[in-house]
Amino acid sequence: MLISSNAQTELALADISQGIRSYEVWGMLGWQDIKQRYRRSVLGPFWLTLSTGAMVIVLGFVYASIFRMPLQQYLPFLAIGLVLWTLISSVITEGCMVFISAEAMIKQMRLPLTTHACRALWRNIIILGHNFIIILIVLVVFDVVPSVLMLLFLVAALLILVLNALWVSLSLGLICSRYRDIPPIVGSLLQVSFFLTPILWHPSLLPGRQRVVDLNPLHHFFQVTRGPLLGELPSATSWAVVVATTLLGFLCTFILFKKYRRRIAYWV
Amino acid sequence: MPSISLRDVFVQIPIYSATGRSLKRQFIRATTGAKVVSDAGRIVVNALSGVSLELGHGDRVGLVGHNGAGKTTLLRVMAGVYEPTLGSVAVDGRVTPLFDMGLGMDTEATGYENISVRATLLGIPRNQQGALVEDVAAFTELGDYLNMPVRTYSQGMYLRLAFAISTGVAPDILLMDEFFAVGDAHFLVKAQKRIDQLVSRTGIMVLASHSDQLIRRFCNKVLWVNAGEVKAFGGTDEVLREYSSGVA
Repeated sequence: MLISSNAQTELALADISQGIRSYEVWGMLGWQDIKQRYRRSVLGPFWLTLSTGAMVIVLGFVYASIFRMPLQQYLPFLAIGLVLWTLISSVITEGCMVFISAEAMIKQMRLPLTTHACRALWRNIIILGHNFIIILIVLVVFDVVPSVLMLLFLVAALLILVLNALWVSLSLGLICSRYRDIPPIVGSLLQVSFFLTPILWHPSLLPGRQRVVDLNPLHHFFQVTRGPLLGELPSATSWAVVVATTLLGFLCTFILFKKYRRRIAYWV
Repeated sequence: MPSISLRDVFVQIPIYSATGRSLKRQFIRATTGAKVVSDAGRIVVNALSGVSLELGHGDRVGLVGHNGAGKTTLLRVMAGVYEPTLGSVAVDGRVTPLFDMGLGMDTEATGYENISVRATLLGIPRNQQGALVEDVAAFTELGDYLNMPVRTYSQGMYLRLAFAISTGVAPDILLMDEFFAVGDAHFLVKAQKRIDQLVSRTGIMVLASHSDQLIRRFCNKVLWVNAGEVKAFGGTDEVLREYSSGVA
């Protein structure tokens, strides 16, 4: 182990690559978190599946009639949107806390800081796995069967989502360990984005105001993931926005991480 | 061969007040030319200034100094937890810091689960954890309690488990920040034996302590830090004598 104050680029790169590769550690810690959260409940993480499922059914019936959309069209759209939103919003809220909540560990032993971000990410992927059951049920009930090509697109989209979750957790975690008033700000912004992004409402319901939707990067993330499951090929624009966001996000995160990574141990 | 080498290490730790922690306040400061809120809310402490040090195999170093002299910071730098603001640190060998015995302990999890969590944190793959589990089980004499959640343990049982897990694996480099378990007399004797064994199996040990007795017992060298600088480094007796006359 060589830590030199004038080798920040190498140290930042090593942190990210070693952090991702230490799956033994973040895999175990992520599971531990899930077990801890649901230890004394019978259903465990399926509680979350159940509550998301209830929300899908209730909101589905109400909003389908408000928007005058047929149930077999609206419910799959809503189910996928809500499950994805659960993932995205908890990645962002928990991203703020990745380093703060790992304070004891950061102050006591040298682990790549990326490990802590991977831990939170893994935890949310496990929860996504449980929630995916809702999507499967809805798709089966309404007889929506995505083709193999669509499934390939879905896998690619999920991969992109995970990559974005990683840079978001790293940069938010870093900023929030320095400025402690950021998490509430992020919380309010999330609430606004929930209503601004087509999750409850279909983008076609906003004629003439298409810009509001097109300029929202979150919308494109929903498009590339939700589209294939509903049998719609996402537009090239959506893919371009998503890929560009990923690259730009990692670039900015790396610059931030390179400059401030070593201060995180002092900040938390 | 384990070694620790510090070259001209400076560590500056920023300490923030509540206002320094707030983005809103920082923003107001920036936009008002700092006229309204003059307190930056930030103090920088020079925790270490220009520390150079070479430790090699067989070194048992006692770390002495006043409270706030930089002992813990120095240990954290050796552990790779704090990175130097200036200078470089090279550490060869596997380091185990023993600062907080309860690290990673989850009271809802069983004793066995806790052993496994700590072992994974120490970098022992799952299929090689058997020896440690047996060793901890034998040492703690907890028996079937290891299958129960740690929250059902008494204080003494918890300590025994935390201590046994922390001291179960001999690293190349052992860093200790004055921690010694308390417990019943029977346990204390066993604990001392275990610490002796642990220390004898490690290449380098650094122990920060205020107890002369402890340092004389374990260490062959003493490092005296004062105000973030190395005041003296040498044989146990001479530095301790210097230190106690300097203090008095």
